[in-house]
Amino acid sequence: MVKGRQGERVRLYVRGTVLGYKRSKSNQYPSTSLIQIEGVNTKEEVTWYQGKRLAYVYKAKVKTNGSHYRCIWGKVSRPHGNSGVVRAKFKSNLPPKSMGDKVRVFMYPSNI
Amino acid sequence: MAPRKTPVVSRNPQLIRGVGKYSRSKMYHKRGLWAIKAKNGGVFPKHDPKPKAAATPVKPSKFYPADDIKMPLPNKRKAKPTKLRASITPGTVLILLAGRFMGKRVVFLKQLTSGLLLVTGPFKVNGVPLRRVNQAYVIGTSTKVDISGTNVDKFDDKYFAKAAEKKNKKGEGEFFEADKEEKSELPQDKKDDQKAVDAALLKSIEAVPDLKSYLAARFSLKAGMKPHELVF
Repeated sequence: MVKGRQGERVRLYVRGTVLGYKRSKSNQYPSTSLIQIEGVNTKEEVTWYQGKRLAYVYKAKVKTNGSHYRCIWGKVSRPHGNSGVVRAKFKSNLPPKSMGDKVRVFMYPSNI
Repeated sequence: MAPRKTPVVSRNPQLIRGVGKYSRSKMYHKRGLWAIKAKNGGVFPKHDPKPKAAATPVKPSKFYPADDIKMPLPNKRKAKPTKLRASITPGTVLILLAGRFMGKRVVFLKQLTSGLLLVTGPFKVNGVPLRRVNQAYVIGTSTKVDISGTNVDKFDDKYFAKAAEKKNKKGEGEFFEADKEEKSELPQDKKDDQKAVDAALLKSIEAVPDLKSYLAARFSLKAGMKPHELVF
């Protein structure tokens, strides 16, 4: 992750929350997660975020690659409903403990 | 045949594939074949066939393979550099979105043949050297800097290739010692290239009020900022 950087930390991602898995009333499909992106409230606004990369960052007790932080990468795939919720697919499915946790929505691959 | 000076353009527009707009008789008139005939006395002009160059004698092959092997078709495709977004023109200030210099505002110089963008801080302003960056990891702002004073012709992808590592195929003992090599210093000519490009750039940057501090500052999302509503 951050290599002991001094100086200002810049946030170049939008915060998002993991709402849960794609589901019907009594069945859930963990391969797709639902993400609520801060500040996005309609499905028209979601089009800007489509294809943008997501990272679910979490901590673990054991150091891997020299860090306690680990990450699961994913992408925003499509809007979910009319109110700005988004469907996302991750490289490996998000663990169930991630529900309610923050996710980072980056601004790349950029198109502006 | 000598190469044509004007390209061949059909006077018969296609309605759909295989169907032209005009009939044979109409095309005869359109192409002016009647005028060519009239000019030549009612007959089409005839040209004597050009004398063929004497064919070199072909020697019979010494070896014929036992079976016919299928050769794969030759692939003559050439990769083009990625299409540059309309918002990115030489002299545009870009915002880097990822990597060591994320958030830095940087001046775009040119697109290299690999498709990557050549970019510089300038180094004195924000510490970003001459660097290559992928278009997808960049936001093009509407701020432009005048780069007419800079000469970026000498930079291409080969300039940024890693220096070939020396092969250390010596004995085991030396292998362990040679592992801890000193960090290679930046060669002086690269530093000079940086200074040369930046010198002209700095002049045009200082001509615009506040642009220097703008380039020195980093971009960050703050509370309440929505990227999909921002105009860069």
